[in-house]
Amino acid sequence: MHRTAVKKVVLENVLDANDTLARANRDVFDRAETYTINMMSSPGAGKTALLERTLERLRGELRLGVLEGDVQTTLDADRLARFHIPLVQVNTDPGFGGECHLDANMVRSGLGELPLDDIDILIIENVGNLVCPAEFRVGEDVRVMVYSVTEGEEKPLKYPLMFRSADLVLVNKVDLLEHLDFDLEQFLGNLDAVNPGVRTVLTSARTGQGIGEWCGWLRQRLENV
Amino acid sequence: MHELAIAESVVRIASRQADGRRVTKVQMKVGYLRQVVPSALTFGFGLVAEGTPVEGAELQMEQVPAEGRCRGCGVENKLGSLPLQCGGCGGFDLEILKGEELMVESLELEEA
Ligand SMILES: Nc1nc2c(ncn2[C@@H]2O[C@H](COP(=O)(O)OP(=O)(O)OP(=O)(O)O)[C@@H](O)[C@H]2O)c(=O)[nH]1
Ligand SMILES: [Mg+2]
Ligand SMILES: [Zn+2]
Repeated sequence: MHRTAVKKVVLENVLDANDTLARANRDVFDRAETYTINMMSSPGAGKTALLERTLERLRGELRLGVLEGDVQTTLDADRLARFHIPLVQVNTDPGFGGECHLDANMVRSGLGELPLDDIDILIIENVGNLVCPAEFRVGEDVRVMVYSVTEGEEKPLKYPLMFRSADLVLVNKVDLLEHLDFDLEQFLGNLDAVNPGVRTVLTSARTGQGIGEWCGWLRQRLENV
Repeated sequence: MHELAIAESVVRIASRQADGRRVTKVQMKVGYLRQVVPSALTFGFGLVAEGTPVEGAELQMEQVPAEGRCRGCGVENKLGSLPLQCGGCGGFDLEILKGEELMVESLELEEA
């Protein structure tokens, strides 16, 4: 048996399907007038801790909701349950390909459980990872990156995709600065090199430093809608 | 491992575009800035392709180097490694011209 091969030109972007779903999510958020934040960081930078501080301060003032992306545990969601806010946990697929980030489809699967009409700001805590989440839009209005000062000054240069895509960078764990050999100016310079002019807030989920400024930034989001 | 997610998407695209035929080769363009590990993508591709029209197909990746124009001095740079830095003035503020590609370019299909 003799078979010949034919070539077919495709020219299709690999992430198109995800981007299409992300736009559909965005339409859902827009219709519900829910402002949506994709929160990304390396593992353990302090996303959940900052959310706890944020909810302590803004609960009762803003109607916040959280979508937790986590690898197979509900630990982060459990930490936020005490705030009695709309909260949904999306366990990322432990099978092929989904274990390191949220994608638009995973976020969509969690939306049915959230009363979006009653949420002013939805914060999506992405999976801790510096590479993968940057590739996958989920329908967010903005991207907030949490970076912790324990990570080293060169990270923006090593992971430019994520640092370039952030609209705001929370520089967290600044309470540890006095114990660390960390050059904050050098980090901020590296960050500005890959994402010129990006806004930063120095925060500590431990001492509360910067939480007021970050909450002010969140309030401003709603004024601009 | 975003390579597995990328592999899934590549296999989905190839399966749909195959129109019921068997795929023998998938040609991709992968930009340097995507930080894709080729061996991981090839491995994931093989796994995900099982049981689809793409099973057994060869994955060919054309790696596209990064290129950027310096916003400081205007020099256009080929960027071979991270950090992305201007060869002219040493600046880091670059407008990216190439290197963010992630595309299925073409397929080779068995004639029906
Ligand atoms: N000293 C100090 N520790 C912090 C701060 N923020 C978070 N931590 C600690 O850092 C660890 C990780 O914090 P998490 O809030 O779980 O980080 P995360 O980004 O949600 O982690 P993943 O969801 O697992 O990626 C915990 O032990 C926190 O108590 C901070 O500002 N200062
Ligand atoms: Mg967390
Ligand atoms: Zn230059």
